[in-house]
Amino acid sequence: MADGTAAKLAHLRAPITELDFSEEEIRRYSRHIVLPEVGGTGQKRINRAAVLVVGAGGLGSPVAFYLAAAGVGKIGIVDNDVVDMSNLQRQILHTTADVGRKKVESAREALLALNPHLTMVPHDVRLNSTNIRDILKEYDLVAEGSDNFPTKFLVNDACVMTGTPLSMAGIFRFSGQILTVLPGVGPCYRCLIPQPPPPGAIPSCQEAGVLGAMAGAVGVMQATEILKIILGKGELLSGRLLLFEALQMRFEPIEVKRNPECPVCSATPSITELIDYDIACEMPQSPAPPASK
Amino acid sequence: MPAEAAVDKELNLQGEVCPYTFVKSKLALEIMQPGQVLRVIVDNDESAANVPRSMQNEGHNVLGVTKLNQKEWQIVVQKS
Repeated sequence: MADGTAAKLAHLRAPITELDFSEEEIRRYSRHIVLPEVGGTGQKRINRAAVLVVGAGGLGSPVAFYLAAAGVGKIGIVDNDVVDMSNLQRQILHTTADVGRKKVESAREALLALNPHLTMVPHDVRLNSTNIRDILKEYDLVAEGSDNFPTKFLVNDACVMTGTPLSMAGIFRFSGQILTVLPGVGPCYRCLIPQPPPPGAIPSCQEAGVLGAMAGAVGVMQATEILKIILGKGELLSGRLLLFEALQMRFEPIEVKRNPECPVCSATPSITELIDYDIACEMPQSPAPPASK
Repeated sequence: MPAEAAVDKELNLQGEVCPYTFVKSKLALEIMQPGQVLRVIVDNDESAANVPRSMQNEGHNVLGVTKLNQKEWQIVVQKS
């Protein structure tokens, strides 16, 4: 089957004939430029790339930070939530002073402070079947780090339908999982899980907990995969679901094959329109601490 | 070094220090064609040692390293 990502990544694969970095950029990206796999050419590709980060939370924070540090030219962040005190255990884009503030705004400030060269686009929305295609048009790749299955399935389906490479990940207690979806090349999320689990079947991090550092461990792997796709280097987690069990410090790759009957990415998909699954069991924000006496 | 190696590009990096002498040399060479020759001028001993070594590690041909005067060195590299 044809590489469905070719159109999206074409401009990143185009020849680069000018390496016109400023003095500051040469210094900022010097540790990339000296890498044989990157060089000035690879750095220019990174600078040209546009990545959408879905969720400015636990996973989205390290993804966005490391993509900004790397010099990704345009980073979009999708999140319509505000910062809550319970986020700060792992959502390192935000600070204590940001509690109550829109996550996309605190994210924007943090990313531009790290790298003022980038264009950061805040998408203060919840993704749904009517807005996602228009948003995806502006980006070459997606890093998905939402905290709910409806969004994960929506993003997977939209990326498959638009040929957009996607890094998908999840964290839970002391475990993490990460998969790279290359439409038309490897399996998609639905090849692994054809339908979302029923609401309540899987406890959320709010109920079950998560070690904060898991967000960093797995989110940085997402950023690494995204950069490798941009550079066209290395072996990707396409067709491999990488499991990370932090208590044992064990990494286990699980081979995942394309499902010939996948509802979305098979030759005869049964799902051809985007679906808005219900987002159930959204727990309320934590209450304000009692006033001191 | 061949007495009259034809130089396709010259890079004057006086005032620049490691590792940026290598970084800038690498950037210059990256957009040259294989076989073309780059001459780099540096004004510190550390760069005079590190740039040729790093260029060789990258697989390029260092045609010569010459001290021009008390301060300056010339490094001539052919892109492989």
